Amino acid sequence: MEDALLYDRLQFAFTITYHYLFPQLTMGLSLIIVIFKGLHLKTNKELYNKAAKFWAKIFAVNFGMGVVTGIPMEFQFGTNWAQFSELTGNIIGQTLAMEGMFSFFLESSFLGLFLFGEKLLGKKLHFLAAFLVFLGSWASGYLIIATHSWMQNPVGYEILANGKFVLNNFTDLFGNPWLLPSFFHNQMASLVTTSFVIGGTGAYYLLNHKHKEYAHLFLKTAIITGLISTLSVAFPTGDLLAKQVATKQPVTLAAMEGLFESEEGAPLVLIGQPNMNEKRLDNKIEVPKALSFLTYQRWNAEIKGLNEFPEEIWPTNIPGLYYSYHIMVGLGTVFIGIMILGIWFLWKKKLEKYRWFLWILLFAIPFPYIANTAGWYTSELGRQPYLVYGLLKTVDGISESVSAGNTLFTLLGFIGLYLVLGFIMLILVGKMVYNGPESKLKTH
Amino acid sequence: MELTWYIILCFMLVMYIVLDGFDFGAGIIHLFFAKTEEEKKQVMRAIGPFWDGNEVWLIAAGGVLFAAFPTLYASAFSGFYLPLIMILWFFIFRALGIEFTYLINHELWIKPWQKGFGISSLLLSLFFGVAFGNIIRGVNLGGVEDGLTQFNNHYSFFTPLWDESFSPFAERPGVIDWFTITIGLVAVLTLTIHGAYWIILKTEGDFVEKLKSKILPLWIVLVICITISLIAFVALKSFNHEIFSQHPSMYLLPFIAFLSLLGMLFAKNSNKTWLGFTSSTIFIISGIGSAVASLFPVIIPSTNSIVDHLTIYNTSAETYGLEVGIIWWVIAFALVLVYFIFVHTVYKGKLTEKHDHH
Repeated sequence: MEDALLYDRLQFAFTITYHYLFPQLTMGLSLIIVIFKGLHLKTNKELYNKAAKFWAKIFAVNFGMGVVTGIPMEFQFGTNWAQFSELTGNIIGQTLAMEGMFSFFLESSFLGLFLFGEKLLGKKLHFLAAFLVFLGSWASGYLIIATHSWMQNPVGYEILANGKFVLNNFTDLFGNPWLLPSFFHNQMASLVTTSFVIGGTGAYYLLNHKHKEYAHLFLKTAIITGLISTLSVAFPTGDLLAKQVATKQPVTLAAMEGLFESEEGAPLVLIGQPNMNEKRLDNKIEVPKALSFLTYQRWNAEIKGLNEFPEEIWPTNIPGLYYSYHIMVGLGTVFIGIMILGIWFLWKKKLEKYRWFLWILLFAIPFPYIANTAGWYTSELGRQPYLVYGLLKTVDGISESVSAGNTLFTLLGFIGLYLVLGFIMLILVGKMVYNGPESKLKTH
Repeated sequence: MELTWYIILCFMLVMYIVLDGFDFGAGIIHLFFAKTEEEKKQVMRAIGPFWDGNEVWLIAAGGVLFAAFPTLYASAFSGFYLPLIMILWFFIFRALGIEFTYLINHELWIKPWQKGFGISSLLLSLFFGVAFGNIIRGVNLGGVEDGLTQFNNHYSFFTPLWDESFSPFAERPGVIDWFTITIGLVAVLTLTIHGAYWIILKTEGDFVEKLKSKILPLWIVLVICITISLIAFVALKSFNHEIFSQHPSMYLLPFIAFLSLLGMLFAKNSNKTWLGFTSSTIFIISGIGSAVASLFPVIIPSTNSIVDHLTIYNTSAETYGLEVGIIWWVIAFALVLVYFIFVHTVYKGKLTEKHDHH
């Protein structure tokens, strides 16, 4: 049972971490493509249309990867988490089925038309196709986050005598106070990834003295969306989400912050390592009273430490949770810094001159992926040891009939398969970027 | 309410089999019959604009299954653990085979993706047939051994891939036995003919004539496999006449299946290109309909006498959720129809090179 639980969790964690590398780019990119198509419609400049086409190619490959790695996610609820599915299917089955009906049909119907039907559709309908793909991909994100929010903060349910969670209020499911802050936090974070990918590509072209016109367009777009998204990831969305955690999962907040003892005027820890043997932070650097202020807007407000809660409800991997959270926040802060510099240089028209800044943008590309992943880990590790917070333990959710050996076999299969696909994917996208937006190469 | 959702679920799954079925068939044709690069491109052209949307019917049906029959979802997905995960892997190869083949113009890149697309289409068709065979054969619900269930949850079971005897009469038959393989072959052959008729409907040229000449041999083997599987099915379990004797009109389903099976053969000589595809579509619908009706209201039969069959009534979600679900499902379905009609209007008629995705 112990082994089976471990492999089930590892398989879910691995497959979803990998899967989310793709939607975080495509959700943001679908918006940018709509913007480029809209500019084309308005100005009739071919530059915008070609830019949209270039990113559409990269979108298509990422979207394809997102779809094929996403299907295993839906299957795994049933294959690996049968008890969880049986007990909660009345509720999360709704949101997941809605995702299929409302967003997957929308995306899949119009993506093909958008990618290959420009001549068949004409300008306006082609813009509409791009817009509907964007709408579908954000709707998909919304419904997944609705599912996730219910697991973090269950609402609109009752529990039957046989332990089943049953929906009793559909509007509550979508009125969950956890939902909107999470959704916008997530969408903004996905725009951060997109901004850095577009900005990094623009920087690469400028450093190479190639495709200058496109490079300027990409950099300008990336810095404007990047500044908006990096700021709004922190405030208001991140801040609102943190307040949800503080009120609904105070023990999680304490673990994220590495706060072992309750404190009035709790400090905000910048650096430090949780020492689980001594139950304290080692080598810490902190800002006095800042945590109290950020959480409750009072410098001397009391924040509950881990000591106030029984150990069996502590998140199971406190160091993992603590580091995920600090990596996310730390990188988020650096991103804001980069984008503020960027907007300053853009304003002063110095982007091309400060080549060191272009190098930074180029090498920054992987980091939003790390920050997004760390953010999700914060959320998921923070919910442990529960699947449905406070109500259903993770250990009680796995499939009874599937043995540990079978799960290990499929886990290894997924790892092998996904490593190969990742390699192929990098070759493809690398080739597209190298060929550049003027390339006459076939789209498909 | 359970019945309404069961009809919705069956409808969506049949839509999936009819629509993605021709993509699978096209994949099998791509593997065995399309020899030249031009022929391979013609196959891809016929499914290019549609396959992605078609596949969504499966994902959406999976979601509906989860929402409306959570116990069934939990039972079947964990019970058929290994074959399902392998199906996922083949899905990945098939989808990427379609998407990635022409992204790099080099023989060493194109060839493996083409084979990947063809082989995974073939194996997926076989596996879907095998899965269907498993469901009508029944499974050892509750993992009963020596009169005792192994699992706390009555719906749990685990089917190994195969048993050494490969017999459906074995004490604990595996996913793959000669009965389920025969059903798998029925699926492969039906979908191959279905796919051929789709290509005949949507494209033109010498290749279309070549495909017409393949229908007869495929059809003969199909009829042999159907006969074997029907005899085996009757031998395997006492046939459930209940629904048929209560509603004699239900006998129409197997009768229509028989007629459309004949139609699948004779349509090849007709000038009306829609006739073949219509026949194979009706055959799929009525064939599956007959099998499903003979089981109703059971969805997964239990092979032991200790644990009850899983039916639409003991696996469904509670009433409130089912009622709310109907509202959004109808809205969503209306939208889906609009997209569907739009896409098929844009790509109406014969597809030529200007519709190519590559």
